[in-house]
Amino acid sequence: MAEQTSSHRRLIIRLTLSCVLMFGFGFALVPLYDVFCQVTGLNGKVLNNGPLQETVVSDVNRRVKVQLIAVNNGGMPWGFRPSESSLEVHIGEMKQTAYVATNPTDRFMVAQAVPSVAPAEAAQYLRKVNCFCFDRQPLNAKEQREMPLLFVLDDELPVHIKTITLSYTLFDITPEDALAAASGSEEVQL
Amino acid sequence: MSTLEQTASTGHHHGPAKGITRWLYTTNHKDIGTMYLIFSLVMFMVGGCMALTIRAELFQPGLQLIQPEFFNQMTTMHGLIMVFGAVMPAFVGLANWMVPMMVGAPDMALPRMNNWSFWILPFAFSMMLMTLFMEGGGPNFGWTFYAPLSTTYAPPSVTFFIFAVHMMGISSIMGAINIIATIFNLRAPGMTFMKMPLFVWTWLITAFLLIAVMPVLAGVVTMMLMDIHFGTSFFNAAGGGDPVLFQHVFWFFGHPEVYIMILPAFGIVSEIIPTFARKKLFGYTSMVYATSSIAILSFIVWAHHMFTVGMPLIGELFFMFTTMLIAVPTGVKVFNWIATMFRGSMTFETPMLFAVAFVVLFTIGGFSGLMLAIAPVDFQYHDTYFVVAHFHYVLVPGAIFSIMAATYYWLPKWTGNMYNESMGKLHFWLSFIGVNITFFPMHFIGLAGMPRRIPDYALQFADFNMVASVGAFLFGFAQLLFIYNIVCCARGGKKATDRVWEGSHGLEWTLPSPPPYHSFTQPPKVD
Ligand code: HEM
Ligand SMILES: [Cu+2]
Repeated sequence: MAEQTSSHRRLIIRLTLSCVLMFGFGFALVPLYDVFCQVTGLNGKVLNNGPLQETVVSDVNRRVKVQLIAVNNGGMPWGFRPSESSLEVHIGEMKQTAYVATNPTDRFMVAQAVPSVAPAEAAQYLRKVNCFCFDRQPLNAKEQREMPLLFVLDDELPVHIKTITLSYTLFDITPEDALAAASGSEEVQL
Repeated sequence: MSTLEQTASTGHHHGPAKGITRWLYTTNHKDIGTMYLIFSLVMFMVGGCMALTIRAELFQPGLQLIQPEFFNQMTTMHGLIMVFGAVMPAFVGLANWMVPMMVGAPDMALPRMNNWSFWILPFAFSMMLMTLFMEGGGPNFGWTFYAPLSTTYAPPSVTFFIFAVHMMGISSIMGAINIIATIFNLRAPGMTFMKMPLFVWTWLITAFLLIAVMPVLAGVVTMMLMDIHFGTSFFNAAGGGDPVLFQHVFWFFGHPEVYIMILPAFGIVSEIIPTFARKKLFGYTSMVYATSSIAILSFIVWAHHMFTVGMPLIGELFFMFTTMLIAVPTGVKVFNWIATMFRGSMTFETPMLFAVAFVVLFTIGGFSGLMLAIAPVDFQYHDTYFVVAHFHYVLVPGAIFSIMAATYYWLPKWTGNMYNESMGKLHFWLSFIGVNITFFPMHFIGLAGMPRRIPDYALQFADFNMVASVGAFLFGFAQLLFIYNIVCCARGGKKATDRVWEGSHGLEWTLPSPPPYHSFTQPPKVD
């Protein structure tokens, strides 16, 4: 009988431990997923690392169409659009363009743009040198701003890719940020 | 035996306590098994009413009876109640009743925990059902509760939903620990692993699946809770999270979960078919290995639910081929059941009718699963009624039929009385016809492009929807026969013999019908 109780106890401890481990594993999936997407460039997640070295361009005539898309996340009132909706880009050429954001409301707001590339396969070859999505974008009431974007297409870009779509979704992140921004700058009115 | 031990053990042999406290405080596996089964039957009826509400609205195109908001709550609650309230507790109830009797144990290994794991459930599901009456309504985001529908856009009652899921998760985990401990530690001498009945085997494997994935479900709802109330951004892209991550974590739980709902059914059918074919089960060992490999494979196929989220080609291929691989051990099982029946001297009592229907109709569900597993075609079928047809074929004439088969099979053992055989057969035929009229047309409307989870639809789908609704009401009302038959059988009727069935096999049939309140207090000898 005593023997049985102790073997029950051993089992319970092991099984409970497995449960705790699996609960932790659920949370571990979060960083694992991010790392996996970053390393493989899957899921249209763009690497923010600029061109690696002097790019050697094997085919100077090769051109790729880059379409720029702007999306407002649900409830985001800003005006948000690319200044050019489509570009012809030479491989290896440093290309500069911009997005225009307008805050039509009567209050100070902060936004964050989240990029995504389609096809996902192209994500790791689109190298951004400078992007407004690297930073939060504060705009005062009624303010308009041109936000720069500077990128290069890598020579390794698979040849079957003729068109790349670069999409930005603009999220309103004001609530968390308003107070901090207000104390940091005097031109801000809440 | 010393005198002291003797008085202690005879003191233990009195029957159940009287009144309500018997049920509140009971640690007896038979009482708890009964409570689980009754609870599951009640939930089956509640979820069934929701299903009939859905089908009544879909009887004709246009909005007739309910508003779209309420329709969404109905589809969501129907799924949640049926999966977590009806199918899972029914299997746990069967395990409670049968596992100790099948392995020759006096009770479950951890009787007090057993009481807990049952009594959590009524609270969890009352909380879940209460959300329907709260401001903003109940959960309306589908049983798969994808973020951001279940976070950013969820009704305020979502917090109660999260706690309900936590509670039922804890209940399932405690149940699983108990079953594993019983099977590992309380088998009668001589009952080696490879002599265990298949129902015990499949439940052992299911219990391990539960231990592995219920904590992940708890994790994903905890992340939702944190996103909603504590400002984290697990699934919120603005804060660096990703809604697709939700789907990965959910389906890492979700796919093994569908096997949690079918492996015990495999066990039940593997008990019933040999009894009524009067032959030994064909390929016992291969059944054990097939079940184990299905369980292991179920961890690496989850993204077949997500073919359309924009996975890279290599991912589509990986999940497509692993999913198809699962069809191999599943095919082995179907083959074994058919081989068991082949040249057997079969009779078709109600449990056998349900078991044979299980084999046929589950196979249809398996085939539509294979079709869905083909990634390029899934782009067309995904989120259409074809998926609804698939999972209802594996769950209703699969899991639910197996539970009904088990009920008819063991009811004479549990109550000591025979149920009414002709009423059982009538119940079977009405259910069989009803199920097929309901779900078969859904294949066609799905292929034709009708999306799932919508309260209204285009005119060209009208006829098949009407047929499906008629079938649903037939199936639904046929279940009243089932309840009536069970109630009558519990109250009296022709006395059942100990063996009940001519071809019955296994330790549970060596006990009297009904078995004494405490059975196998002395472990039986297994050759
Ligand atoms: C041969 C075995 C099986 C295969 C190949 C298979 C394959 C699939 C695939 C590919 C999907 C996703 C369809 C889509 O959303 O586009 C799916 C959905 C589903 N399957 Fe299966 N399946 C199999 C067996 C089962 C079993 C045994 C069950 C449960 C007992 C089950 C329950 C479900 C459920 C509930 C869904 C729908 C989930 C939802 O989106 O709500 N399947 N199946
Ligand atoms: Cu699946």
